[in-house]
Amino acid sequence: MSDTQITLPRPFVRPVQPGAAPHLRRPKATLRQLLLSDAASWIVPALLLLVWQATAQLGLLPTNVLPAPSEVVAAAWRLTVTGELPVNLLVSAKRAVIGFLIGGSLAFAFGLLNGVSRIGEKLTDTTFQMIRNIPNLAMVPLVILWFGIEDSARVFLVALGVFFPIYINTYHGIRTADAQLVEMGRSYGMSNWELFRQVILPGALPSIFVGLRYALGIMWLTLIVAETIAANAGIGYMATNAREFMQLDVVVLAILIYALLGKLADSTARFLERTALKWHPAFQATP
Amino acid sequence: MVDDILVRALLDEGLPPLSEPEPEIDAPDLPPGGVAIDVRGLTKAFGETSVLHGIDLHVRSGEFLSVIGKSGCGKSTLLRLLAGLDQPSGGEVLFDGAAAARTAHIGRLMFQEPRLLPWARVVDNVAVGLGDRRRSVHAPRRALAKLAAVGLEDRADDWPSVLSGGQKQRVALARALASSPNFLALDEPLGALDALTRIDMQALVEQIWREQGFTAVLVTHDVTEAIMLGDRVILIEDGIVKLELAVDLPRPRHRGSPEVAALEKKILRYLFDDGSYQPRQRAA
Repeated sequence: MSDTQITLPRPFVRPVQPGAAPHLRRPKATLRQLLLSDAASWIVPALLLLVWQATAQLGLLPTNVLPAPSEVVAAAWRLTVTGELPVNLLVSAKRAVIGFLIGGSLAFAFGLLNGVSRIGEKLTDTTFQMIRNIPNLAMVPLVILWFGIEDSARVFLVALGVFFPIYINTYHGIRTADAQLVEMGRSYGMSNWELFRQVILPGALPSIFVGLRYALGIMWLTLIVAETIAANAGIGYMATNAREFMQLDVVVLAILIYALLGKLADSTARFLERTALKWHPAFQATP
Repeated sequence: MVDDILVRALLDEGLPPLSEPEPEIDAPDLPPGGVAIDVRGLTKAFGETSVLHGIDLHVRSGEFLSVIGKSGCGKSTLLRLLAGLDQPSGGEVLFDGAAAARTAHIGRLMFQEPRLLPWARVVDNVAVGLGDRRRSVHAPRRALAKLAAVGLEDRADDWPSVLSGGQKQRVALARALASSPNFLALDEPLGALDALTRIDMQALVEQIWREQGFTAVLVTHDVTEAIMLGDRVILIEDGIVKLELAVDLPRPRHRGSPEVAALEKKILRYLFDDGSYQPRQRAA
């Protein structure tokens, strides 16, 4: 062994000049750190905003196509002062949350039921699969006839929209429970409830979270369309109204608000996911 | 009256009231001792395929029995029947002379895979093995003690995913031991480990078996392992016991000693002369 080490060519064992390496590496390392930090995900949106403002100010972007971000901010301020924006925001958020809670909890319950019970699956799954294939926005005319333009119309559509992603993913998560772990649990004398609570449900969580994130996206999409078509309040209504009066800044503001709300919902889901799936190797790497 | 005071005192302490007497739970763990197993005319068929054609076997209380045989010979099926995971098609398994349902013995099966719950910390995985006592207030302490017995008490709060294969299997062993079983069935639990980890684990299993005194049945395809650990080695082929061999060597046995080698040769010669057995390559 030692013989081979001695006969190694000199360059292989020559130490690197001290001092030189850190000097070269430092700026690279900090840039890398910046790009990996949480703030980095906002770099591109911020740049887009800057380009947008610059082109608007230079007159490259006609104001009847897209108003400058500063004008949108001014519109936001104006509507906040009059109270129009907070009220509409609250109305939309309320519809989203109520619809999501109703649809989501029903979907979760049926997903669990049909996941563990073959009878439940036989009785309801076919029906769900048929309804699932109807685009839920195709129901809009019917829903307007049923509920008029009251809140319940939007809540119904949101609940219907979020139901399927959560139902399917919960069902799938429960059905694909690790048979080896279930057998282990049984051989250690777990009751059915313990088996469900300690083995089946935790195993289904990653799948359930996928459903949750899909559902949050569908929740906003459904709400926007429903509010734009027929409503008497809400962000979508605000945008439709603004269109009538050619208030382009308010229309753009509404769109931006939807983007921010969507991001907020997704971040919440990601946070929950990271908290609940701490054990998962995929979530242990993230600092 | 006295009970009433006790319950109130416990509630004040924030402890759950005792629904069942627990003094035995807090008592130090005594070696559980073994249970004698009698297997009579045991058969098992899956549909048309018959796997076991009448196995007769007696395992003394506290004995370590090694079962070898090639893949698909029915040795794992036998073990699952002993552990109560499957029901036999015919024949019976008696523990201390009674059917499994009517005895108080605790039997545990250690699987080939660790089968740890990935979402439970190591110590909570061990607590799964406490059986009815896992809801007791003493459960975490007992689980930690078992973890210490396999030398992993410092990994108690880790997730299973960060452990090595050998460590996972040690956690599985601690879990199997948590309820102080009288009978431990081992279904090739070391089969997936590398050769060196395997030797360590064999020593650990032997040491714990000697301390606890339970009856152990080890299924393996490794002849050396069977001889190193077993008081007796049986060979199953075509669903029946083909060979039975007592291993009268003092413990601890020494890998590569002439006595071990002689027994190994004897078994291998039987297998080769019989012509139907090709020794499986050991996992690298």
